[in-house]
Amino acid sequence: MSTATLEKRGFGATLWDYLTTVDHKKIAILYLLGGAFFFLLGGLEAMLIRLQLMVPDNELIGAQFYNEVMTMHGTTMIFLAAMPLIFAFMNAVVPLQIGARDVAFPFLNSLGFWLFLFGGVLLNCSWFLGGAPDAGWTGYAPLSIWSPTHGVDFYAVGLQISGFGTLMGGINFIVTIVNMRAPGMTYMRMPLFTWTAFVASILILFAFPALTIGLFLMTFDRLFGANFFVPDMGGNEIIWEHIFWIFGHPEVYILVLPAFGIFSEIISTFSKKRLFGYSSMVFATVLIAFLGFMVWAHHMFTVGMGPIANSIFAIATMAIAVPTGIKIFNWLLTMWGGNIRMTTPMLWAAGFIPTFTIGGMTGVMVAVAAADFQYHDTYFVVAHFHYVIVGGVVFGLIAATHYWWPIMFGKVLDEKLGKWTFWTFFIGFHLTFFIQHFLGLIGMPRRYWKFLPGQDLETGNFISTIGALLMAVGTIILLYNVIKTTVKGEMCSQDPWDGRTLEWSIPNPTPHYNFKQLPLVRGLDPVWIEKTQGNGKVIPAEPVNDIHMPNNSFLPFMISLGLFIAGFGFIYRPDTSFGYVLIAIGLIITFGSMLIRSLKDDTGHHIHKEDLEKEGAGVE
Amino acid sequence: MKGWMDKFKALFLVSGIALILSGCGNPYLSALQPKGEGADMILDLMILSIVIMIFVFLIVMAIYTYVLVRFRQKKGNEDYVPKQVEGNHMLETLWTVIPIILLLILAVPTVQYTFALSDTTPETTEGEDGENAEEAIWIDVTGKQFWWNFDYRGMDIQTSQDLYIPTDRRVYLTLSSGDVIHSFWVPAVSGKMDVNPGKNENEMFLNATEEGVFWGHCAEFCGPSHSLMDFRVVAVSPGEFDQWVEEMQNVDPDAQPESDVAQEGKELFAENSCLNCHAIGSSPAMMGPNVTNFGDRSKIAGILDYNKENLVSWILNPDKHKPGNLMSGNYTVPSREDANKIAEYLMTLSPSEIGPDDAQDDDYLQPKKKEESNNEETENKEDETAEEESKDEE
Amino acid sequence: MSTHEDVLSSENLPHEPEKATLEGKNKFLGFWFFLGGETVLFASLFGTYLALRNSFGNAEGTPTQELFGLELVFIMTVILLTSSLTSVYAMYHMKNHDFKKMMVWLAITVILGASFLGLEVYEFNHYVHEYGHTFTSHAFGSAFYALVGFHGAHVAFGLCWILALMFRNAKRGLNLYNAPKFYIASLYWHFIDVVWVFIFTVVYLMGKVG
Repeated sequence: MSTATLEKRGFGATLWDYLTTVDHKKIAILYLLGGAFFFLLGGLEAMLIRLQLMVPDNELIGAQFYNEVMTMHGTTMIFLAAMPLIFAFMNAVVPLQIGARDVAFPFLNSLGFWLFLFGGVLLNCSWFLGGAPDAGWTGYAPLSIWSPTHGVDFYAVGLQISGFGTLMGGINFIVTIVNMRAPGMTYMRMPLFTWTAFVASILILFAFPALTIGLFLMTFDRLFGANFFVPDMGGNEIIWEHIFWIFGHPEVYILVLPAFGIFSEIISTFSKKRLFGYSSMVFATVLIAFLGFMVWAHHMFTVGMGPIANSIFAIATMAIAVPTGIKIFNWLLTMWGGNIRMTTPMLWAAGFIPTFTIGGMTGVMVAVAAADFQYHDTYFVVAHFHYVIVGGVVFGLIAATHYWWPIMFGKVLDEKLGKWTFWTFFIGFHLTFFIQHFLGLIGMPRRYWKFLPGQDLETGNFISTIGALLMAVGTIILLYNVIKTTVKGEMCSQDPWDGRTLEWSIPNPTPHYNFKQLPLVRGLDPVWIEKTQGNGKVIPAEPVNDIHMPNNSFLPFMISLGLFIAGFGFIYRPDTSFGYVLIAIGLIITFGSMLIRSLKDDTGHHIHKEDLEKEGAGVE
Repeated sequence: MKGWMDKFKALFLVSGIALILSGCGNPYLSALQPKGEGADMILDLMILSIVIMIFVFLIVMAIYTYVLVRFRQKKGNEDYVPKQVEGNHMLETLWTVIPIILLLILAVPTVQYTFALSDTTPETTEGEDGENAEEAIWIDVTGKQFWWNFDYRGMDIQTSQDLYIPTDRRVYLTLSSGDVIHSFWVPAVSGKMDVNPGKNENEMFLNATEEGVFWGHCAEFCGPSHSLMDFRVVAVSPGEFDQWVEEMQNVDPDAQPESDVAQEGKELFAENSCLNCHAIGSSPAMMGPNVTNFGDRSKIAGILDYNKENLVSWILNPDKHKPGNLMSGNYTVPSREDANKIAEYLMTLSPSEIGPDDAQDDDYLQPKKKEESNNEETENKEDETAEEESKDEE
Repeated sequence: MSTHEDVLSSENLPHEPEKATLEGKNKFLGFWFFLGGETVLFASLFGTYLALRNSFGNAEGTPTQELFGLELVFIMTVILLTSSLTSVYAMYHMKNHDFKKMMVWLAITVILGASFLGLEVYEFNHYVHEYGHTFTSHAFGSAFYALVGFHGAHVAFGLCWILALMFRNAKRGLNLYNAPKFYIASLYWHFIDVVWVFIFTVVYLMGKVG
């Protein structure tokens, strides 16, 4: 088991390997598969929404089903698609970029993935068990508290489980980046993707516990008779909004900061230039994260907080435009004077800049508290956050898919198909969402199951639906590209893009232990430095020695499975006493597995010096 | 405060973009074609922010286009290695400071307007447009799944779905919900405000500057028929409003309709306990929409065209039109024949001559008081004596 | 360099055995960050509690001034603070590689923690039966039991954790593999102690005063 070659092994063995793996590279692949699956599911839901709104007074799907689809589209895309896909690339790339052999907590890393997966699966089980959640992805009380089906219970429990996973992932990456950087990899030499992953992890750490509490309170209200959000019993529904957005706003930055990091890497690589204003980029990232915690109430301007609170939050929100602007100009100036190669990842980066600028500008517009009385809860806001989340995060994730595919799978995705993906998706995107700004301004609130004729909303909605179909075509081309490359593609060289950071110094396929000898980092963009100033190879910081690696474990799967079963128990406990049985079984599995983990001495294994020398590969 | 904005707007109108903005949408719905004080102020802010943003966007796009065209890899130039620039303090300071200045320009009116729009203290000056605090019209708005109730405070008037207001003066609203959170939005007249259950009551004002039947939406997701929780704001001239108030106050809930069918309908309405939920007059039943002036409704249930066929269809199966409404399943469904009679009766309920049509004609009636007194001096005296009299009565 | 066997040996321990290995350092740092997250968790609960304190709606309930008695809570506070001190002693002996004394002090910590928990159960029982103050009776009840109960659950989890560590390592003795485990368990114990100080102030003292 000292090499990463998995070929010619039986399906069962491979499956078992992935079920028990603690290797960050394999967990990355798991996250990618899981995230992609939910992304397609969320996309399907989006198509249903757009088809329903294609013509006025449409009866394609019913009101209740529409609300479920709309709720699940938001929830799935944010929690089950964007988050895991971000984690996929953080797992695949961050340890390689900082010159580490693994993450700080490989066991927790695996546990984080399985918790996310089981949480997501639990949430989606609701489709087959009486109806999905129907209170919007924001789950505002008391609508969510009084929703008659079990849907919202699945929302609360499912997100709770996957939220634990995310929190663990966050802590894991913070510690990995603080403690496990290679010699010479100072903070100010870290690639920007690592920086943004670091800052996003800190945001996860401080934002997700608020969601945990919010979901607990919701669960208590719905399943255990508590009264947090029940007005008649002294509860206050606004508390939910505050708690949700104290989590929810940083969540936006958790998603978009790593996307910024991805684009920083791509723009720098394909312009053949060092990132312009690296320090100010780092500074801007940290500042965005810091301000991101002080602006949650700009989602609540119409709640009735009063003009003083509204003004404060308005100005704090506007302030975020400054560091974001710094980033945009730094990217432009990185390209300035460069030698720009228009590969597929770069194309996405080029598409990102104007798109995200529009999203940022409408962001400042909605920050104007008084004007938000008109924008709020309309399609203007829908357009705004899709420009930010799709134009920023999804563009970034697709770009990263193309850019780091060689790192993850050893092959380059087909460039021609990649460009087709870009143009269909890009045009489709703007067709879908640009018009929605105007739909909002001329009076279309969001989350409308149908719009009635006679409001002059027909044209805009029709155009929007056509655009959405085009985006679907783009996604299908990408899927085809992935399948085609996997089946027919050839293994590429270790550095197909002429990269600048450490992940491109590792042989293809990446060995199980990443680095035979830990690298010595001599500056920002270490591989580029060695290419231009050295002999092209990264200098090792240590002699070849035994390498300590963690052991695989099936326990993360079991712990998550236990919570999954207990989750069903909690949801059905008010209906049937069988719920208690499920809770008991689930918790026994979970805590039993944790106990086994705690009682066993598991100190990992060593790859011996002799074996490493036999293989011969690696930095030398 | 508004002076410089107006000039700015005038300047901007020349450039034509505001014209494009106002070109689209329904004139009684679009926030871009304001017909009220709030919407007007907000459009000013929108235009200011759009101008700043377009300015920034053009700069970004200019650099962007130049960079992509100029520095794209040329054939035969694949091995060119550009200079590795670390940064430029001058430039970086520049693009930090300029956005800060632009945002400050935007922040000042933002704060001003945020305060102005949430000021619901009735004006006490007796200027031309002002009114006495005591005479301020307060309407208690209640949102329920999926309809609206309007209770004119101290006036013994209740309506549902259609909110009658006078033009050219502020009308103050208190907003609260009977169930989940809703949001009250009349885009053409003013911005929205959430309608919360429990203690979190909100206040806002409406000031329509033109007559019209304005489209109102619920803007906070509130359940299956969220998209169908429409209402109308019927803005009539002050004189017409005064007339409406007077006639609504004198409504006789027991008045006998003229036609036989409608009379039968009235009896059926009572027999089927419709009255338990649907009040006629100002009694605060509030379980279902008040039907005092149902004959003048601009729409049925806020969404269907106003005709008997639709009304009968609603009575027979409300869930078909508004899924998840609380009427379905909570009443005895009458036969089609009976429903016809009830509909006939409901459509005769028109205590006031003022209806949606009056908001769409050209008549503009001044408020009574001002009409009566052409001589200002006598008016003042009369007012004073009137006040004294009322005190005496107390 | 440390090999497989070294980590599990009780011989030749360095001065700070909890931070001697990379795994130990990672655990140490990761746990500090985890406590940062826990702070937000409790902050959210405190916020909710403050918003819903004495909020009864249409239900009947006893306001904080009448409900709380400070005597019992004061004793509980003293007990928990003492247990924090005893866990410091335990860690002191760990650093001096005195496994037995560490176990003794940990045992005292556990006993104190358990008595705290016992008193808390008694307290809750008292509220429920004397005042009808329950989790479901009104928003104040929900918020009170959520905050204080969450803390109680943390205490209970901490007890199980420390006990599991003690049983597991009774025969193994102290080594580089389990020293970090003991250390972060004591960190956790301090944390729930600090949270209790805030609960004592915000819930009980402020509740009594007004």
